[in-house]
Amino acid sequence: MAEAPQDKSAQDRVVDVRGVHYLAGSHAIFSDLNISVQRGSITAVMGPSGTGKTTLLRLITGQVQPASGTVEVFGQDVATLDHKGVFALRKRVGMLFQNGALLTDLDVFENVAFPVREHTKLPEPLLQTLVVSKLQAVGLRGAAHLMPQQLSGGMARRVALARAIVMDPEVLIYDEPFVGLDPISMGVVCRLIRQLNDALGITSIVVSHDVQEVGSIADQSYIIAGGKVIASGSSEQLQHSTEPAVRQFLQGEADGPVPFHYPAGDYHQQLLQLVRNS
Amino acid sequence: MSNSITDTLSKLGKVTLFLGQVLRASAPALLRPRLIAQQVYNCGARSLVIIMLCGLFVGMVLGLQGYDLLARFGSESALGVAATLGLLKELGPVVTALLFAGRAGTSLTSEIGLMRATDQLTAMQMMAVDPLRRVIAPRFIGGIIAMPLLAAVFNVIGIFGAQLVGVTLMGVDQGTFWSQMQGAVGLRDVNEGIVKSMAFGVICSLLAVYEGYHTEPTAAGVGLATTRTVVASSVMTLIVDYMLTAAFIKG
Repeated sequence: MAEAPQDKSAQDRVVDVRGVHYLAGSHAIFSDLNISVQRGSITAVMGPSGTGKTTLLRLITGQVQPASGTVEVFGQDVATLDHKGVFALRKRVGMLFQNGALLTDLDVFENVAFPVREHTKLPEPLLQTLVVSKLQAVGLRGAAHLMPQQLSGGMARRVALARAIVMDPEVLIYDEPFVGLDPISMGVVCRLIRQLNDALGITSIVVSHDVQEVGSIADQSYIIAGGKVIASGSSEQLQHSTEPAVRQFLQGEADGPVPFHYPAGDYHQQLLQLVRNS
Repeated sequence: MSNSITDTLSKLGKVTLFLGQVLRASAPALLRPRLIAQQVYNCGARSLVIIMLCGLFVGMVLGLQGYDLLARFGSESALGVAATLGLLKELGPVVTALLFAGRAGTSLTSEIGLMRATDQLTAMQMMAVDPLRRVIAPRFIGGIIAMPLLAAVFNVIGIFGAQLVGVTLMGVDQGTFWSQMQGAVGLRDVNEGIVKSMAFGVICSLLAVYEGYHTEPTAAGVGLATTRTVVASSVMTLIVDYMLTAAFIKG
């Protein structure tokens, strides 16, 4: 189960992470991580908090480099790209941040227009049409004049989504898109991810630990723990996994391979010690 | 002790390297005057009221102290010269810089720091936009433009304040006040003040954007960075003020 199904050709792999080791200081975040993302699919990357899911996204977008192994995006090794190359790559990749990361000094309209204004010289009427159409796609055309501070968490994320698709990226990366959302907003974001993926032919990578939501839309899921992929496959396949770590994560059990207690000395000893000291 | 010396030196090096990066990003930023104008408004126009208020009172104090001192030598008529030279060469640039660090510098640092803490800078990088060009350079240039203008306003109001106290209150002759000033204050003195306030503009803006850009992305980090901006800008302003003054007087 640890290996992805290899039935598709290499050209269909938009993102290919092979044998990646990554260290933060002396602490190993990833050891021998393998992940591949098929064109046009929704790939979920799940795992307990602190397993480096966000680090994976930073590796894919060239913000950090692996200690060993390769990260290929569109068939290019990200580590070999220079500053210009990385920026060219990023123009083809959209990213949705956990909290939206909207620019606080611009209103909703200008936030969505921001990448267009920075990278193109579109005439104003065309630009407005483009931005309005993207806002309509996320259902927030009426909120164009609001400032980011006036938006709810779910709305901010939808604006960020409109901004992420305004340059028509080939790959869209979602960093924890469901965190802190009420059930309605969660459903809306969930539906949008699926719709945008299918309507625009985008390849989506969703990093999340909301097993239910992400499981319902993903074509292919990876579960990362302890620096490597411990399970991969469709949601169906994962549900039937017998691996204890996978079961603990999917069922949300408090104790298991990931222990409930932070490592500590013997509890009784400590209590006795405290009594003796008092 | 030796630790704090090496820390200071390494910080000085980091800021200098950062200055290089900002200067490299400034050339393309200059092609977008609207972004810079916005920042001149942000740090300049919004500091205007406090600068004017402080200028007035500093000028009035100069009028009082100057009159008191000069009267002991029977030369109250030189009040105009004394107050103007004091303002143009010292108090104008320095006090403006200190106020600028407190008002505009802190808001620059906390604004950029919050952008860092809320992933806005990373988001820009992900959109293939260089935050140094889009965010940092316009603010840096805006600060450098705003500072000499603010110092000029400070000086004008300050001289008015000195005149208000000296002439209206203490009874120095109006004609003597202005004509002595006209005779003794040269373009050289004005230039010294301009050079100083430009130098302080570079220092205060650079430190403000540096601290903001390197903020630790937490609420506490933003607070600490803001404090560091004020402290570092004020100290550096006073040190560089001495160096420049010495250079002008020697040269």
